[in-house]
Amino acid sequence: MTKKPGFKDTISHIFIGNAVPIMFIVLIAFAIPLSGFSTGYLIEEMVTRLGRDSFLVLSLLLPIMAGMGLNFGIVLGAMSGQIGIILVTNWGVTGVGGLFLAMAVATPLAVLMGWIAGIVLNRAKGREMVTSLILGFFINGVYQLVVLYIMGKIIPIKNSALVLSRGYGIRNAIDLKGMRQSLDRLIPLKIGDISVPVATFIFIALLCLFIWWFAKTKLGHDMRAVGQDMAVAEDSGIKVERTRIVAIILSTILACYGQIIFLQNIGTLNTYNSHDQTATFAVAALLIGGASVARASIPNVFVGVILFHLMFVVSPMAGKELMGSAMIGEYFRVFVSYGIIAVSIVLYAWKRLKERERARRSLRGAKES
Amino acid sequence: MTEQQPLLHMESITKEYFGNRVLTDVCLDVDRGEVLGLVGENGAGKSTLMNILFGMSIIAQTGGYAGKLCIDGKEVSFQNPFDALKAGIGMVHQEFSLIPGFTATENILLNGEILHDNIVTKVFGPRLKTLDLPEMRAVAEKSIELLGVEISPDTLVAEMPIGHKQFTELAREIHRPEMKLLVLDEPTAVLTESEAQVLLTSLRRLATTGIGIIFITHRLQEIFDVCDRIVILRDGQVVREVATRDIEIGQVAELMVGRSVSAKSAATSDYNENTETIISVDHLWVDMPGETVKDVTLEVHKGEIFGIGGLAGQGKLGIPNGVMGLYAAGGAVTLHGKPIHLNDPAAALAAGMAFVSEDRRGVGLLLEEALDWNIAFTAMQAQNKFLRPLLGGRIQWRDDKAIQNVALEYIKALDIKCTGTDQPAQELSGGNQQKICLAKAFAVQPDVLFVSEPTRGIDVGAKSLVLKALRTYNRKNGTTIIMVSSELEELRSICDRIAIVDEGRIAGILPPSATAKEFGLLMIGKLKEEEDKVNSHE
Amino acid sequence: MNRIRGFVDKAGWPRIIIGMLLLSLFIVAPSVGIRVDQSMTDTIVRFGMNGILVLGMVPMVQTGCGLNFGLPLGIIAGLLGATISIELGLTGLAGFAGAIGFTAPFALLLGWSYGKLLNRVKGDEMMIATYVGFSSVSLMCMMWMLLPYRSPKMIWGYGGSGLRTTISLEGFWIHILDNFLAIRIGRNFMFPTGMILFFAFMAWIMWAFFHTKTGTAMTAVGSNPDYARAAGINVDKMRTISVIMSTVYGAIGILVFQQSFGFIQLYNGPFFMALPAVAAILIGGASVNKANITNVVIGTILFQGILTMTPSVINSAIQSDLSEVVRIIVSDGMIVYALTRVTRKSR
Repeated sequence: MTKKPGFKDTISHIFIGNAVPIMFIVLIAFAIPLSGFSTGYLIEEMVTRLGRDSFLVLSLLLPIMAGMGLNFGIVLGAMSGQIGIILVTNWGVTGVGGLFLAMAVATPLAVLMGWIAGIVLNRAKGREMVTSLILGFFINGVYQLVVLYIMGKIIPIKNSALVLSRGYGIRNAIDLKGMRQSLDRLIPLKIGDISVPVATFIFIALLCLFIWWFAKTKLGHDMRAVGQDMAVAEDSGIKVERTRIVAIILSTILACYGQIIFLQNIGTLNTYNSHDQTATFAVAALLIGGASVARASIPNVFVGVILFHLMFVVSPMAGKELMGSAMIGEYFRVFVSYGIIAVSIVLYAWKRLKERERARRSLRGAKES
Repeated sequence: MTEQQPLLHMESITKEYFGNRVLTDVCLDVDRGEVLGLVGENGAGKSTLMNILFGMSIIAQTGGYAGKLCIDGKEVSFQNPFDALKAGIGMVHQEFSLIPGFTATENILLNGEILHDNIVTKVFGPRLKTLDLPEMRAVAEKSIELLGVEISPDTLVAEMPIGHKQFTELAREIHRPEMKLLVLDEPTAVLTESEAQVLLTSLRRLATTGIGIIFITHRLQEIFDVCDRIVILRDGQVVREVATRDIEIGQVAELMVGRSVSAKSAATSDYNENTETIISVDHLWVDMPGETVKDVTLEVHKGEIFGIGGLAGQGKLGIPNGVMGLYAAGGAVTLHGKPIHLNDPAAALAAGMAFVSEDRRGVGLLLEEALDWNIAFTAMQAQNKFLRPLLGGRIQWRDDKAIQNVALEYIKALDIKCTGTDQPAQELSGGNQQKICLAKAFAVQPDVLFVSEPTRGIDVGAKSLVLKALRTYNRKNGTTIIMVSSELEELRSICDRIAIVDEGRIAGILPPSATAKEFGLLMIGKLKEEEDKVNSHE
Repeated sequence: MNRIRGFVDKAGWPRIIIGMLLLSLFIVAPSVGIRVDQSMTDTIVRFGMNGILVLGMVPMVQTGCGLNFGLPLGIIAGLLGATISIELGLTGLAGFAGAIGFTAPFALLLGWSYGKLLNRVKGDEMMIATYVGFSSVSLMCMMWMLLPYRSPKMIWGYGGSGLRTTISLEGFWIHILDNFLAIRIGRNFMFPTGMILFFAFMAWIMWAFFHTKTGTAMTAVGSNPDYARAAGINVDKMRTISVIMSTVYGAIGILVFQQSFGFIQLYNGPFFMALPAVAAILIGGASVNKANITNVVIGTILFQGILTMTPSVINSAIQSDLSEVVRIIVSDGMIVYALTRVTRKSR
């Protein structure tokens, strides 16, 4: 007979369940005054960053649902998106039309990348996260090969502004002036001094709606089953391998669109570096929002993006105030990103080990000796 | 009984595994609304028969089967479990096949959910249909009701007590409208007494709706409580098929175990009852999944070959595993009068005990390493054998030559067939691998040797060699051997005394010359009312 | 025909492809203006530089802790030792020996804690190792700026504080091993005897260790932990010892690397350094749970050979710089390949 949880129990339950976001709120509350930024400035920054980064973080949800952990392979989607942008810029298509064209062109590439990633991850069951991480590095190498050597030589690039001075290979930085903020400004809205990227938020809301609806479909339900116990799902007739691949493909496509949205806001494509920290920062944000390797939901995404970016923005100035060097603040925020990922996977691995031990014992039944 | 076709008709089912006959001419009928009890020792063929019925791939992979299988008079042949499911056969195994984070409803309708179409399905396919949760809940509720239990369809499986999980599994099988025949394999093993009662009542209820049930159990009380007929399997053959009311417990036990006892089977031993006790076990419990030991008390005499038998899953394998520290254990074990520290393999080895595990490939061998390493390793680590001390004993250097020599010694003594001392253990045949495991234990030169399932998975020729090796070792060195085995005949052929384990406790101890009926009664669990006193030599 | 097939199966296609690629590069080299003796020197030197780091992979693989993606921890210990030695102004052999001496307590402490952590997360070691490595490097980025170093050779000029990103070993112990008993033939060939001897010595120590009672126990732990436990071995203790060994070898390895390279690389230098070492041992034939010294030698030669030869040959041939891309594709590709090989289920 369990007694009803009292008020104190509920409060402590909330605290423990959301320890990470709470810790971050405390940390940031301490750092904001140090940084000297005004509330208005911070709010403006957060509105921008929510628009810019949420889509990418949302793309991490489906693989977690399917039990594949943190999908560091979203960088493959990011790279697909970037190739889409390069091509569209090459063709001289600008504005929102260019943006959507880039998405359309990049989609088949993202599907291919997602399919490859899904197959590789199926062959590395139990090691999905580290495999997706290294796969990301590997494909980055292939991407660089294509963009640095093959484009311009074997794949013709008309727009000479894109090409390096030696005659082939794409430039390091491409100004996306045609596409810059095209989605953000599509539906203009200003609240006080802050411009709100309405169209982008609508896009994000549509994605949230899609994810919510998806969980109610057979495919989404199957994914949840596969994510909890592959053997039981297989025995009941669910096609486990195929379901996992679909999860990764969807994640990669969403990351592709997410990266395009990200880049249209920033306005510049750093051909060789824009995607370097995509996975790390998206994963860190999601975890800071209270998600774990095995469980993540839409609120985790938005809470995470806000907390992560608040920390990101205030760290350099807070570092300068506290330690006399902005560099320390910058190193600090990178350390926090990696650190939170490290802590989350340690907790997850430790819990998994404990669960395996407990499951072995529960086989024998409830009888005591 | 009606004259219509039986629901299930199995005719002349015969199956061989690599030349080994495991089922011969088995005929079995189940009518609608009938509960059939299937009884037999380990290895009698029950699992194989059910695997054939359920279309498990292992059957086709090992040469298929001979004979006919008919459902409602129509001949069928199942290629996989889904075919069997579609034909209306359901099976509830001992290990739960449930998704812990899903509700009872979601589990009951797993991959059988009720769906509707929506706009997207036309474009992207049927997998995007949406779930109809209210409908699903109603179906689940009905199923649960049919069983006569109280489980909320919204409870998460992870939060259910074990008994409810079992019922959820059952509900999953019976919710299908086409369900005709249900097979239950030891369903009460994990239930409390009251839960078991509820289950049996549910089964009787199900039978009244016309479902046929095959009920596999070793608990005699349950057979007499719920089954209409009993089929007794022994050594792959049906030895008796009879209505429950026409037979009584003693006969069932005897039929299950009895074979013509050959005169020479009992070991001729110089075993003297009055020899001192070398090892005693007091209220031992062991937490070994699937082979739980609840309360075992034993005394074994010096130089004895002591056998421990019993049906699978009853706990006999847990005893040596617990004493040797491989699984969590409690209670008291005393060797040579000194208490043994439990949960500590190093302590058990240091005290003078050794163990040949039943899990040859999992625990017994380093498959990828050479066989000489396998033989010498335990002795090296536990007793510092095969090492050369250097720098005044601060460094223990591995003596590869000594390891090779000891391996050669045992290869000769046990006639191990191999290409050399450096052959990886995984390349040897099952029988030779078992000899390596024996050699490993012998190399430790223990005072007490535990051996679990010494001849499991080995061909006939190698079997007798292994048993001979054990007997010779016991004779020559006076080593006490405690042997755990599912094969009663094997125990009778070399043991001085045999204990039978049932439900995690010692049911009784018999001499090898005791009758089949006496052994059977110990294994099969008693009826509630009977005060059947079993003769024992204590 | 069967013998060839047997060899292919045992060696594995990636190894054979890389081996043949390397051979063909050496053959093609002269025709594009690359001197073979220069290339050989480069390959041998790079072998010596990286060898000990790759050796450090062996103990953890053998005990079943997986590939040591957490090598940066050992490297950090080495960097601490090196910087302390320079801070104290030690030069030459004393400087190098001092670096090793100062590194030891850090390596032991870090290795021990890291080992304890890995014991709590059996089954997911590699992912944890990677992120522990990344986080430590990030943490040290802050530390390098805050630790109280004063030596003008190391800190930022013009009254800055905190260490520079790269610190030159000129005047300290640069090339101290390389030049020891070096053999020079002509202007383009040098055999760095000292460094190779040191590698041989470290390899010999590891070989000897695995021939002791403890080393034997460690091998069994990786081969079948249940078997080892049944034989009375303390599995956790063996794993911790292997992690400490790997970390110590990582620390000493980076010191050897630096004396040849000529610079100490701080801040984000160590960030990705685990990957080439992991790739090298995999190319040499190791798997996720089995590795030996032969794998180390073959793998390092092949991997460093490819890294040396491909850029120089291709650069000469098509006049551009492919080295970075080749390094990424070969090393990461090899690791993905190894991760997707089905191995015995880890318990």
